[in-house]
Amino acid sequence: MTIANIMLVDDEVPFVEAMTRRLTKRDLEIHAAYSGEEALQKLSKTNTIEVVILDIKMPGMDGIEALKQIKTRFPLVEVIMLTGHATVETGIEGMKQGAFDYLMKPCDINDLVAKVEQAARKKRGHEEKIIQARLKEITSRRT
Amino acid sequence: MWRKSVRAPYYKHLIRNMIFTILGVSFIPVFLVSWTIYYAFANAYHEKINAHLVTLVENHKRQIDAFLNARLADILFLSENFTFAQLNDSEFLQAKLLSLKNNYAGVFVDLGVVDADGNQVAYAGPFKLSRVRYADAPWYQIVMKNQVVISDVFLGLRGFPHFIVAVKRFDGDRPWILRATIDFIAFNNLVENIRIGKTGFAAIVNKKGELQTKPRFQFNPAEGCFGRFIDCDQPITREIYSEERPGEGGDMTIYVSALLKNKEWLLVYQQKVSDALADQRFAQRLSLIIFAVGGAGILAMALLLSLRMVNRIATADQEKEMMNKQVIESGKLASLGELATGVAHEINNPVAIMVEEAGWIEDILTEKEFGGNPHMDELHRALKQINTQGKRCKEITTKLLSFARGSGSTIGMVQLNEIIEEVMVLSAQRAKYANIELHSALSNLPEIKASETEMHQVLLNLVNNAIYAMEKSGGAIEFKTFQRDEKVVVEVADTGPGIPEAILGRIFDPFFTTKPVGQGTGLGLSICYGIIRKMDGDIQVKSTVGKGTTFTIMIPVRSGLV
Repeated sequence: MTIANIMLVDDEVPFVEAMTRRLTKRDLEIHAAYSGEEALQKLSKTNTIEVVILDIKMPGMDGIEALKQIKTRFPLVEVIMLTGHATVETGIEGMKQGAFDYLMKPCDINDLVAKVEQAARKKRGHEEKIIQARLKEITSRRT
Repeated sequence: MWRKSVRAPYYKHLIRNMIFTILGVSFIPVFLVSWTIYYAFANAYHEKINAHLVTLVENHKRQIDAFLNARLADILFLSENFTFAQLNDSEFLQAKLLSLKNNYAGVFVDLGVVDADGNQVAYAGPFKLSRVRYADAPWYQIVMKNQVVISDVFLGLRGFPHFIVAVKRFDGDRPWILRATIDFIAFNNLVENIRIGKTGFAAIVNKKGELQTKPRFQFNPAEGCFGRFIDCDQPITREIYSEERPGEGGDMTIYVSALLKNKEWLLVYQQKVSDALADQRFAQRLSLIIFAVGGAGILAMALLLSLRMVNRIATADQEKEMMNKQVIESGKLASLGELATGVAHEINNPVAIMVEEAGWIEDILTEKEFGGNPHMDELHRALKQINTQGKRCKEITTKLLSFARGSGSTIGMVQLNEIIEEVMVLSAQRAKYANIELHSALSNLPEIKASETEMHQVLLNLVNNAIYAMEKSGGAIEFKTFQRDEKVVVEVADTGPGIPEAILGRIFDPFFTTKPVGQGTGLGLSICYGIIRKMDGDIQVKSTVGKGTTFTIMIPVRSGLV
């Protein structure tokens, strides 16, 4: 049983690989994407992804744009911004666009795992609420 | 100060131009006006003097003519009113001479009656001339021909200069002559009286060029036309004639002449031009002195004004130059900021990979198969060190960014004492090289809400300034912290040369710097001021030249920062 199903989006391949190995060891299921476009593509194919860890500075579609798209198309998926661009402004921008949190590279793996857990919990909470609401709707229709 | 500037030749040129312009604008009109006035004045004055002299000579001519005519009239009166027989009586003649002498003191010397043969038949006067024969005397011949005569001046028998006034009468068919001798001194006085200035005098000459009066100064009738005023190349025919020409000594001289006694005599008045125009010369000298003094004043003002003006221009230019350099400096800072942002990103990513890879190794080492490895502790230590150094890199890039951007500093609870200690450690090396001791007297302080980076920046700036000021002399810097009321107070005191009072009020102004151009942006203290004011705090400075400077920072414990 994995703690959470996550997708790691970063154009830095070695970073994605190292993180994948470490996070997998910590019982997280990892999907890797190396650009914003790839991330969106994978998200539309797989609906099991709960949390996306998103780099901000990427060639092509950048992290902020990808975040906007994700939040529009997959509103339940939580996004954690992880950036080497060590400024507060980009983090704040991410938070405004609906990111769950932001972290700066290099970050402590345990901090990251903790944040992922929180995000996943939040996502599941949301889903739970939606299911409940739907159930209520169905049951109310029957009665 | 502009002298030191590389543009010194430009300013010298500017000064020269300004001086010439001021002098030109001031002097050219003054010259023109002065010259015009002087020219008009000199002409008018010259004409006035000439006219005056002409009038003077004219008056004297009239006076002399009148004198001669009056004497002739006196004799005529005697001859007409008394008979030859009456006058032939020496006593009667004596009585008439006395009467004439009474009427005209000192004019008549003697009276004589001469018969047709030229023998003096009666005589009244101081000399023994009773039977003198005048038949050969020139005046006798003239009077016999012309009925009346006023002779030229001559010495005659008596040896004194005199002249004769005589009339011819008839006693029946026989002519007789009444003659009078006119005192030369009395006549001479008429001419002698014409004295103007130092060199002006008059003289009378006859047609032969003989002096009829005794001139005050040397007078040579042979010179010019005066000797033979009728017979010369340019005979003087006008009643009054004036001319200017070099006189005997070579000096320009005014000559005014008037024909007298039916054009037989010439009254000549002469005066050196320099003497006649002495008043004009005085006015001229006075004007020149005024002009010279005024000119010197204008010259001095031109110099002073130009120097001041150019100094101001030079200062303005220097400020402009400095501003330009500062703008370039700011531009450099801005590009440095952009560069730093890029570098931070580029560094953080590889560092993150390194840290993660190290983390992965650590993860692997937790596997069972590595359990008994004797080097496990050492490996863990090494990996931890990689992690620590990775974080350090991250700190460095963060600081680089916050420095470059001046923002992005995170606000948190800050212990100022800790920051001071860090600043002291950071500055220790520089202080040591500059022979500066660092001391601190830190008392317990509450934490304040502030940006650590900004507090670093403020304190580092103050310490750097102090070290810069004492770099040559050495000295000490003391940090003191304490709490007063609801404020945290930090004092940074140095024993440097101090800040002159004149610039003390400007040190927090942006772009104000005492460092050589290119070494300081003049922004350090103004940024410090901005940071402290943002925190509702205050930064003050006290300085005594030669003793040192103390900066005092006061920050409210509950600052307005959010």
